[in-house]
Amino acid sequence: MPRTTLIRGLAASALAIAAALSAAAAAAESKIVIGLQQEPTSLDPTADATASIDGMLTQNLFESLTTVNEAGEVLPQLAKSWTVSEDGLTYTFSLVEGVKFHDGTTFDAEDVKFSFDRAMAENSVNPSKGYFKPIESVTVVDPMTVAIKLKGKDAFFLFNMAQGDASIVGPESVETNNTNPVGTGAFKFDSWTRGDKLVLAKNPDYRGSADVSLDKVEFKFIADAAAATAALLADEIDAFPGFPAPEILPQFEADPRFNVVVGSTEGEVILAMNNSKPPFNDIRVRKAVSTAIDREEIIDGAMYGRAVPIGSFYPPHGPAYVDLTGAYPHDAAKAKAMFEEAGVGGSTMTIRVPPFPYATRSAEIIQAELAEAGIDAKVETVEWGFWLDEVYKKKNYDMTIIAHTSPNDLGNFARGPNYFYGYDDPKFTELWDKISGEVDPEARYKLEGEAQRYLTENAVHGFLFQLPQLGVYKKGVSGFWPSRAVLFQPLAGVKVN
Amino acid sequence: MAYLLIRRTLGFVLTLFAVSVVVFAAMNILPGDPALTILGLDATDDALAALRAELGLNDPPLIRYLHWVGAALTGDFGVSHSFGVPVSGLIAERLPLTVSLAVSGMVVTVAAALALGIAAAANRGRAGDWAVMFLSQIGVAVPAFWLSMLLVLLFAVTLRWLPPGGFPGWEEPAAAARALILPTVSLALVQSAVLARVTRSSALEVMRLDYVRTARAAGFSRRRVLWRHVLPNALIPIVTIVGMQFAALVTGTIVIENVFYLPGLGRLVFQAISNRDLPTVQALVTLFAAIVVTANFVVDLLYLAIDPRLKARS
Repeated sequence: MPRTTLIRGLAASALAIAAALSAAAAAAESKIVIGLQQEPTSLDPTADATASIDGMLTQNLFESLTTVNEAGEVLPQLAKSWTVSEDGLTYTFSLVEGVKFHDGTTFDAEDVKFSFDRAMAENSVNPSKGYFKPIESVTVVDPMTVAIKLKGKDAFFLFNMAQGDASIVGPESVETNNTNPVGTGAFKFDSWTRGDKLVLAKNPDYRGSADVSLDKVEFKFIADAAAATAALLADEIDAFPGFPAPEILPQFEADPRFNVVVGSTEGEVILAMNNSKPPFNDIRVRKAVSTAIDREEIIDGAMYGRAVPIGSFYPPHGPAYVDLTGAYPHDAAKAKAMFEEAGVGGSTMTIRVPPFPYATRSAEIIQAELAEAGIDAKVETVEWGFWLDEVYKKKNYDMTIIAHTSPNDLGNFARGPNYFYGYDDPKFTELWDKISGEVDPEARYKLEGEAQRYLTENAVHGFLFQLPQLGVYKKGVSGFWPSRAVLFQPLAGVKVN
Repeated sequence: MAYLLIRRTLGFVLTLFAVSVVVFAAMNILPGDPALTILGLDATDDALAALRAELGLNDPPLIRYLHWVGAALTGDFGVSHSFGVPVSGLIAERLPLTVSLAVSGMVVTVAAALALGIAAAANRGRAGDWAVMFLSQIGVAVPAFWLSMLLVLLFAVTLRWLPPGGFPGWEEPAAAARALILPTVSLALVQSAVLARVTRSSALEVMRLDYVRTARAAGFSRRRVLWRHVLPNALIPIVTIVGMQFAALVTGTIVIENVFYLPGLGRLVFQAISNRDLPTVQALVTLFAAIVVTANFVVDLLYLAIDPRLKARS
């Protein structure tokens, strides 16, 4: 018996020493642990749409020709500069010299052509293949110059080329990017323990590595909001940039260890109505729904007040924003009369919602608001895969609630009758074509304002609020964007003190 | 004995076959499109079509099922649709954690339940008995995920004795063991409450029998009678419940792994179903079924060990 005690004692002290040593080593390096709700199943942003891939890897591990700053402005990245031809159709990019992929291979114009050709190919599974539709051809001019010719003018081309879907990948590593991503960015892949965490390490060969403060970045996947709260309170994680539960924020605000930052995302939350299906093909019914809903009440109840209302399909922080929240003032009695006039007074409607708290909570409040206007609304919460198939793909729904998180997505309304909106309006499609072809920003903002007004006048959907970016950070953590105009968050400027 | 083994093996194979058919049918009937889940809301129709072709989703369901069975018989469970890596590897990297959790949960359950149940029976009607009955009643009524949140708040957030979740990996055995304490206790508390009640009533049943009185009259101590004469005869219903509980523990890890963000099979099955990742779901559910059937078989063997009369009969 004493022998086992002795062995145990030795083992314990050996562990303690090892722990002390590793703690000493850790003190020298700057490490951050970032909590994320959603774990991806692949690490390749050019083949999987999962937003957390972009959140972790885009513009951190991978880089694109361009990038976008917090305000949504396009900046150079792997392209150090570019020129646009007189006709606005040919973009000639000069590439940054001396860049190497993390596997040691050299980056040049051939890699750009390879990445674009792959995304444009017939068998391409790029989740934003639409970004590449306007491209006619990609030509290698010389090893450090590439020319991209467009079929028509595209106002969003440079912006879209900054996204994760347009990451520049190497032909040597592309096949294994889903498990062992190789890019050119400030951080390189260290390890991925599926179901647990993903670790990135600083790339010492990065061209701007002197300005990168973090040596290690650990993303910890915690799906459950209560578990995320406990992990923050127990000092297990340093930052939770997309905190899932607005109702818990007051607890962090009252705790001197944390900073709570409420910003905005590109996600417009809408009460989508199936415009191709009676009674929602009748504008009078859609207007009545818009009049029945009370955004303030929805934001207070579903988001605990942490969201900004929208009156059309455009983020309030965007340069072309027009405030249309007053277009259909909430009036239950008037809505009731409007429903009756349209011949659907007292009828039954179904709101089929995906299982996200913002959607299910909003649905319950809207259900009560529609009841005040005499409509018997049923709420059906369905699982995400079910929603994608039944609501999104088969349009088998009356109303649903969903956040559209892509930037510049007014074009959704020009996607024709097969898109789940069931909205098909040649006038709007024409307007969108003008917008996407207008390369002068001021002129485009004017057109985008017009588009917002048009959608509101036609009450295409119930426009609810802009999905907030709720960030909880330990004091001493700095450099995170309060709001995001894109899905990614560069970590090169993030610091931990 | 040989007869039992043959019958059991046959039953095992038939059960797994039936399970694989049911899972395949369910995943095909359930609305959902793996390609759409992977490529998201902005995907173009041609990209979706390309991915469906790549994943082999265009073949008729029956052909796909036969492909799967054929490969599975040779030990090849295919490639996950969403992870893009072999399913067997995905399972292998997560199995140790889930099995450790289920086994440690079972050990704690049995140890706690036997001790408390026998103690309660021995002290029937007294304060100790009432305390066990009261606490086990609460244990039976409380949902495991809620209990685990309370445990985390107390032991991880307030007292800071244990981590609130996560798993450091097996390379650090001490830290790994610490990480499993709260999940194990959360899993075991509810189950041991059930088992303690069964143990108590089963022991009381046996204690009423004549031979117990005879043993006491023959001068054996209360303790000796309890452990040597009462417990062995009270074990049959206990073992039956333990067998059922092992299945509940294995599936219970799905909830517990989500609450404690542990990289086990439970989280994997959750993710695979959401992604409509048929090869992964198929392999996982078949594996869970195999575990449950095996547990039932072990229970049958235990019956034989506990009760010699059954051996004579079979």
